[in-house]
Amino acid sequence: MKRLLVGPFNRVEGDLEVSLDVADGHVRAAYVNSPMYRGFEQILQGKMPADALVFVPRICGICSVAQSAAAAQALAGAMGIKPPANGRLAANLLLAAENLADHFTHFYLFFMPDFARAAYRGRSWFPDAEQRFRAVAGTAAGEALPARAAFMRLMGLLAGKWPHTLALQPGGSSRPLQASEKIRLYRQLREFRRFLEETLFGDRLEAIAALDSVAALDRWIVAREPDASDFRRFLGIAHDLDLARLGRGGERFISYGSFPDEQGRMFPAGVWDGSLKILDSGDIREDVSHAWYAQAEVPQHPAHGATVPLVDKAGAYSWCKAPRWDGCVVETGALARQVVAAQPLVRDLLVAGGANVLSRVVARLIEIARVLPAMEAWAEQLTPGEPYCVAGEMPREAEGEGLVEAARGALGHWLSVRRGRIHSYQIVAPTTWNFSPRDAQGTPGALEQALVGAPVGEGEEAPLAVQHIVRSFDPCMVCTVH
Amino acid sequence: MNLLWLQSGGCGGCTLSWLGAEGESLFMMLADENLELIWHPSLSEESAGEALKLIAGCADGSLPLDILCVEGAVLRGPNGSGRFHLLSGSGQPMLSWVRALAARARHVVAVGTCAAYGGVTAAGVNPGDACGLQFDGDVPGGLLGADFRAGGGLPVVNIAGCPTHPDWINETLISLARGALVREDLDDFCRPRFYADQLVHHGCPRNEFYEFKASADKPSDQGCLMEQMGCKGTQAHADCNTRLWNGSGSCLRGGYACIRCTDPGFEEPGHPFAETPKIAGIPLGLPSDMPKAWFIALAALSKSATPARVRENAKADHLLRAPTVKKAGR
Repeated sequence: MKRLLVGPFNRVEGDLEVSLDVADGHVRAAYVNSPMYRGFEQILQGKMPADALVFVPRICGICSVAQSAAAAQALAGAMGIKPPANGRLAANLLLAAENLADHFTHFYLFFMPDFARAAYRGRSWFPDAEQRFRAVAGTAAGEALPARAAFMRLMGLLAGKWPHTLALQPGGSSRPLQASEKIRLYRQLREFRRFLEETLFGDRLEAIAALDSVAALDRWIVAREPDASDFRRFLGIAHDLDLARLGRGGERFISYGSFPDEQGRMFPAGVWDGSLKILDSGDIREDVSHAWYAQAEVPQHPAHGATVPLVDKAGAYSWCKAPRWDGCVVETGALARQVVAAQPLVRDLLVAGGANVLSRVVARLIEIARVLPAMEAWAEQLTPGEPYCVAGEMPREAEGEGLVEAARGALGHWLSVRRGRIHSYQIVAPTTWNFSPRDAQGTPGALEQALVGAPVGEGEEAPLAVQHIVRSFDPCMVCTVH
Repeated sequence: MNLLWLQSGGCGGCTLSWLGAEGESLFMMLADENLELIWHPSLSEESAGEALKLIAGCADGSLPLDILCVEGAVLRGPNGSGRFHLLSGSGQPMLSWVRALAARARHVVAVGTCAAYGGVTAAGVNPGDACGLQFDGDVPGGLLGADFRAGGGLPVVNIAGCPTHPDWINETLISLARGALVREDLDDFCRPRFYADQLVHHGCPRNEFYEFKASADKPSDQGCLMEQMGCKGTQAHADCNTRLWNGSGSCLRGGYACIRCTDPGFEEPGHPFAETPKIAGIPLGLPSDMPKAWFIALAALSKSATPARVRENAKADHLLRAPTVKKAGR
């Protein structure tokens, strides 16, 4: 058995270190360390509740709107108010724009460049992949960055700027879009759709969203040349490298649900473990047995949790806590969201091979194809002249909970207000779920489990298979610890 | 010009803001200006040992380092150990790496308010004992000390902003690469003056409401945000409303207050961010360079002269009254 220390792990958001026990060319055990602590939960204590809207987006530059949305929801709950229809639509548009931009950035800038590495020289697809996806120098990055920047104009219009907007308020949105601005917004969405359809998918978004089985996906692949689109390129590479057998995750998936409409939510909340379970956020606990924090006698619900750093704690190896649902490790992200939302292809991929590098990436891209058309509809539904924001008062004593879906999955904020100030503010971010260390029972976190069995080539210091698996989760390390 | 970019006690948002640069592809622009990314944590191919080798090469001088960009605050805690951020794979505190690299770099750039002054990471009880590269809040010092000068002779260049603007980064980097940035181009807090000599107030679309002190009361109102909603645009050093963000945006255009995020200490304003602190009804923070007595006199006068159109529109989320159309009658 030898030990590999892999870091700094780049093309993820923030700093990450992974320790691997390797024997016989495979990972036997993995230990995931989130190596940075800033202490936002400590910073927030004693602040005025509304000031959370300034601080929490700055937890993370890539999930900034999701953090704002969770805070706005927690504050609205504590205040007993609800945004009007325009406010809800604007919030959906902002969160959707961030989720899609993150999926897009992940695919083009973080994930695909690994297939342009020299180690894959000799594969039939390599010359094309190298030219297309090479980090920084590839043609895809040259096209994707301007397309992304153009899409983010939607943020300038709806939120003033991105990241770190204050437009998302407990009562709705501070930015009332007028009739001509609705047209501008719609045109921005159509412009991004064109890039997605022509370059990323090589097909209509509706056709991608309608893929309903592994067989349908296989037919879609066969009907196209290997370089027909970037999605097709990925699927070809994935088939050749058997990415569906890499990074097998656990059996449980959590989604808080996303994009409320008049009746419910476009993507429902739930836990999937082969069948759909109702999600009760009261079943969440955070275990800190292997994290550098002072420990309560038993794992606490976040509403009662604390964050007290303890840098010399024996047995600890990460600044990340270990959230568990009903005592179990769960995986979160686009895959979990689409499984809970019963997207047929993603469900079928899960049946075929579970959570793995292929299914995680496909779920993200399917989600892009599903969400952009919904954004076009929301933009149409905005009604200038009707209110975008309602006012409210924060009671001197109150509790609030904000549960949203960031691009990377389930994000929860738990707020308590005493004497008009923040008494406690606890955050469980998506990558806190996915990249948690072991819990008191010694059960490894989701990534730690997914890494077991990964092949390690002779002399590989930072095994490529491990890199694919880690990046398939699209981790956000600055959110993880906050 | 070799450029190395590291991230520490921050959110990565300045990089994400940078990737939103408009117009030509960011990567093509860098290549065209001969700015070569040795390594950037979000963008480069090299991982783990390959990346450490590049970073270590810059630190020991075997790889020339022209520009060191640091994003995020320096985490000195706990107890000065820097263990709140050990650069992964290296076992060494990030602050040691930054110190070693800064000693070799021709130019050192703090990208964003955290790296410049500590920023939001230093808020509240400052759990991480965060500071900036050459400032701790508005006090010179920080990690590198007030007397630090990079190889090229400049102090740390602070591209403050939370996040910072992509153009502020690009125009600073290009100026450095061309040898066109000198000490006189930096203000008292070492921010590039090309944007820090402007005020957020300049170009604010709410200017007519400001002129008449026709004020918003709640989010989504169209009126001026200075009197009630905490806006510091008249004192904040940045060109947000003339340069604009993500196409057509700015904080004011987004309907919320400027919180003066390019200034050291903005994270602890001493009052709720979205409320204007006042004494006897007069805002504590007056427009830059404006005598208090004149402000009071002008505010009183302009309030009494406010057209009904401006007064009514200020407290609505859409136009209630349009400006009168004058007809020549020909």
